[in-house]
Amino acid sequence: MLRQASRLLACRPKLAARARPFSTDLPAADQTADATFTEAWSKVIPNLDPPKTPLSFMQPRPPTPSSIPSKLTVNFVLPYASALATKEVDMVIVPATTGQMGVLPGHVATIAELKPGVLSVHEGNEVTKYFVSSGFVFIHANSFADIIAVEAVPLDQLDANLVQKGLAEFTSKLSSATTDLEKAEAQIGIDVHSALNSALTG
Amino acid sequence: MAMAALRREGRRFAPLISPRPITAVRSSPIAPTHEDEGPIGVRYISTQVVRNRMKSVKNIQKITKAMKMVAASKLRAVQTKAENSRGLWQPFTALLGDLPSVDVKKSVVVTISSDKGLCGGINSTSVKISKGIHKLNSGPEKETKYVILGEKAKAQLIRDSKKDIELIITELQKNPLNYTQVSVLADEILKNVEFDALRIVFNKFHSVVSFVPTVSTVLSPEIVEREAESGGKLGDLDNYEVEGGETKGEILQNLAEFQFSCVMFNAVLENACSEQGARMSAMDSSSRNAGDMLDRLTLTYNRTRQASITTELIEIISGASALEG
Repeated sequence: MLRQASRLLACRPKLAARARPFSTDLPAADQTADATFTEAWSKVIPNLDPPKTPLSFMQPRPPTPSSIPSKLTVNFVLPYASALATKEVDMVIVPATTGQMGVLPGHVATIAELKPGVLSVHEGNEVTKYFVSSGFVFIHANSFADIIAVEAVPLDQLDANLVQKGLAEFTSKLSSATTDLEKAEAQIGIDVHSALNSALTG
Repeated sequence: MAMAALRREGRRFAPLISPRPITAVRSSPIAPTHEDEGPIGVRYISTQVVRNRMKSVKNIQKITKAMKMVAASKLRAVQTKAENSRGLWQPFTALLGDLPSVDVKKSVVVTISSDKGLCGGINSTSVKISKGIHKLNSGPEKETKYVILGEKAKAQLIRDSKKDIELIITELQKNPLNYTQVSVLADEILKNVEFDALRIVFNKFHSVVSFVPTVSTVLSPEIVEREAESGGKLGDLDNYEVEGGETKGEILQNLAEFQFSCVMFNAVLENACSEQGARMSAMDSSSRNAGDMLDRLTLTYNRTRQASITTELIEIISGASALEG
């Protein structure tokens, strides 16, 4: 056990050395947020190093430029992968709850919730389409768009027969549902499958 | 007379046994209970005890080496998942910032730990950090509660903070970790626990030998509104137009819940990686220790064996010279 302690102590200076590359990336503003926390921590718990916070692990975002940039930078993330990471595109069309929303560079800062539908990414002449189950999109003033979806598949991986079967199944479930919870679940199933249907046909 | 000779021989052999804390071996010349491959009446030190010890240490070495291999393969599997999920929490931090020093009335510390042991000090570190945050956020009108994931943190926190624990969840890794499971978990926590700020304490995986204790803060929608109105870090939030929904509050509520489940997912994966990595290095140092111990025991064994051969030779020779002379 003492050996572990000495190894951990030996590891600490290594961590400090590794943390230094991050600290050069951070602008002063982020460091003050951590500074109040680290100060408060060291007052109350002097023996332990304060824990790190997510800000120290993130690349800072560029500030809002004075003129509208030509390209939109898109981050499209899913729980299992980052489908697009800081990709520069011309336009994305997202399926917000209020309808299909087109996002161009210089779009006003917005937070929107997504409903099941098709997300299309326009880059030059190519258009990539994904079916998105739901999630959120944040559009920042500096022409950065973050799309966070729970599940997304490229349209060519969808099977039309299974979609029809699913739609029929959920419609029957809705008619046979008794409790509110079952009705809500069946309704969600119907919404997703009809969106899938229209994505495949439209 | 024979007894005196035996006693003398016993005392002569005692210093030959190395002064290591192998008490079992030291006791054998004093208690002549193990007679080993020789005619009755010939006294020499038994190697049986040392041999038994060597066998058990060798088995321990094999087991810890195997555990290290298993941990390495599990680490490979979880590491890709964890690295892919790292993009998930970054948009939320970019939008809402990170306010670990926010002043709230009710904070809930979600401590993530492992169920199984033998993984080094990562669980103790998480618990120490959680207790530190509890201390940091306690004061008049402020209270901090715990939500515990994992057996190891439960064992440590139940001892002194039993009344502050709201929820305990164990056996998280019975099935491979996936987002659905974690979102159900997040839902449970959100339903049953009142909070103004959730602080998730976990070990972030940097590399196989380095795990950084990290705390991620998720604020409830009311606090987000409060901080946005008061300006400061979240002051820009009001500039964002909110699409859809009836009210801004509804969207912010969904946002906070989604943020919590995403941050939890990443935290649970990173902690699983750290657990496997810590177990790998713990088992590695353990098998190295066992190897060292085996070397020392081998030396002792050889010394004992050679001493007994020398004794036999001395007895034979002195017997022969007694006959002649």
